Amino acid sequence: MTGIHKLTLADLQKKFTAGEVTARDIVQAYTLRINQVEPKVKAYITQTKETAMAQAEALDGKLKGWRRTMPLMGMPVAIKDNICTEHVLTTCASRILGNFVPPYDATVIARLRGQGYLLLGKTNLDEFAMGSSTENSAFGPSRNPWNVGHVPGGSSGGSAAAVAADECVAALGSDPGGSIRQPAALCGVVGLKPTYGRVSRFGLVAFASSLDQIGPITKDVTDAAIMLNVIAGHDPLDSTSANLPVPDYTRALKKKDLKKLKVGVPREFFAEGLDPEVGQAVQAAIDELKNLGGEITEISLPTTDYAVAIYYLIATAEASSNLARYDGVKYGLRTKQAKDLLDMYVKTRQEGFGPEVKRRIMLGTYALSAGYYDAYYGKAQAARTMTKQDFDAAFKGVDLIVTPVTPTPAFKLGEKSEDPLQMYLSDIFTISVNLAGVPAISIPCGFSKAGLPIGLQIIGRPFEEETILRAAHAYEQATSWRAKKPNIR
Amino acid sequence: MKISKSDVEKVAKLARLEITETEKEAFTQQLSGILTYVEKLNALKTAGVEPTATVPGQSNVFREDKARPSLPVEKAVANAPESADGFFVVPKIIEER
Repeated sequence: MTGIHKLTLADLQKKFTAGEVTARDIVQAYTLRINQVEPKVKAYITQTKETAMAQAEALDGKLKGWRRTMPLMGMPVAIKDNICTEHVLTTCASRILGNFVPPYDATVIARLRGQGYLLLGKTNLDEFAMGSSTENSAFGPSRNPWNVGHVPGGSSGGSAAAVAADECVAALGSDPGGSIRQPAALCGVVGLKPTYGRVSRFGLVAFASSLDQIGPITKDVTDAAIMLNVIAGHDPLDSTSANLPVPDYTRALKKKDLKKLKVGVPREFFAEGLDPEVGQAVQAAIDELKNLGGEITEISLPTTDYAVAIYYLIATAEASSNLARYDGVKYGLRTKQAKDLLDMYVKTRQEGFGPEVKRRIMLGTYALSAGYYDAYYGKAQAARTMTKQDFDAAFKGVDLIVTPVTPTPAFKLGEKSEDPLQMYLSDIFTISVNLAGVPAISIPCGFSKAGLPIGLQIIGRPFEEETILRAAHAYEQATSWRAKKPNIR
Repeated sequence: MKISKSDVEKVAKLARLEITETEKEAFTQQLSGILTYVEKLNALKTAGVEPTATVPGQSNVFREDKARPSLPVEKAVANAPESADGFFVVPKIIEER
């Protein structure tokens, strides 16, 4: 059977369950596809095709005589390389963890494994998830499958590019400030950031602990629901994970409309700086949501303009603390030049971290240092409360909020890498969601004239992923954007 | 706020980074730019607003103080740059007299 790699997770599951394809056929199809396009896309840091093939063959052998029951059985998935996988290199795209092989699986990995998934490889990212283009990787940038001269977005750029280029059936990413949604938008795929606490972060290498959340990047909305079903839920190993029941998210897809849903459009997201092509595509999507029965109202999120400033103080402060653990003692790189212990710390960190990570550690250290704490970190924490209040107030009147995901389609490689502030500002539409801890999805809603994908963001109340998925699915079914594939071969 | 090269040196020391002269120049200019940008927060009236450290709905989580299985020592030190007999080895800290 040809074209296996093009199928969605839901369709591939059906064919596998019906016995039309074997796990071996599936891994073979993805191996061929990866060999074909990976030299251009560079989505992976580590590939585990051989292990996947061995597991697939063992699975096919076992399955003779009984039927497939686990949702991810035989499904080849790619994992962002900041999520710990036992026995498989987990680098965070950093020299400092270049040789790190985790002694345990992250909880999300244990859950995927429990449902029979096959690990196809670990995907590229901005070092420690710090960036918006995947250019800040110690192993070189990934490329956008729609145009390899452009970035795939970041920090989960490898996962988004791998899904868009059909180099895996689905992927996991992590999203401290837009790192799932922004690359999903720029690569024309679906990316879901669940509510803070919905998915365990045990085994996710920490960057910004009050903001990080793991979520799926998939070919369509149904697949996102299937993946969320597997990874969501309470975990005693993550004290921030919420002890709340998990619904069957695929049931939310049954209603194919937005009837009785109030949809807020925040005026602050349609101000200057928004590329007109993105604005038009998002406006057309809002009209479609109205056709589907949604009641559209204009709303206000007044602190939107401050989100980047709040985020880059809080996230860097948390990072400076989290990354203190890289000292050349317990794991990772140790300098060969050390005279004494202190010298070992400073030289190991100097050799191991890339420029953006150093910049953020410096900024965070400054914001937390004596004399500046109140003016920067304290101020940002109070402003974060106001952002949260904006969302609380808005969700009293509406069920969903829709916005663009990014101000522009994918930018060119190198276009913003010399100007950190310009790079930070490209996150303007995604980061307030993390500050408020609410869930949001990015789905394709059009293309620029140059043929680059544009994304629509749908934001929901805490733990109301079902409403987001319902609306995203209704929109997806009413449009045909997902039928278009990048012309990469 | 503009920061000076000596501020950058002080912060690098706090952050345990031994940055180069070129990095000092670049960070002085880039961090000044970012700090000037974030000062737009001063326009927000935050007097009396409680700080948010993490999103609401969360509180401390406790468990029974009972011993549970943990990572075996050999696995815990397997990634260490240097280890011996199940311990992490680091350069000597206390000088001999």
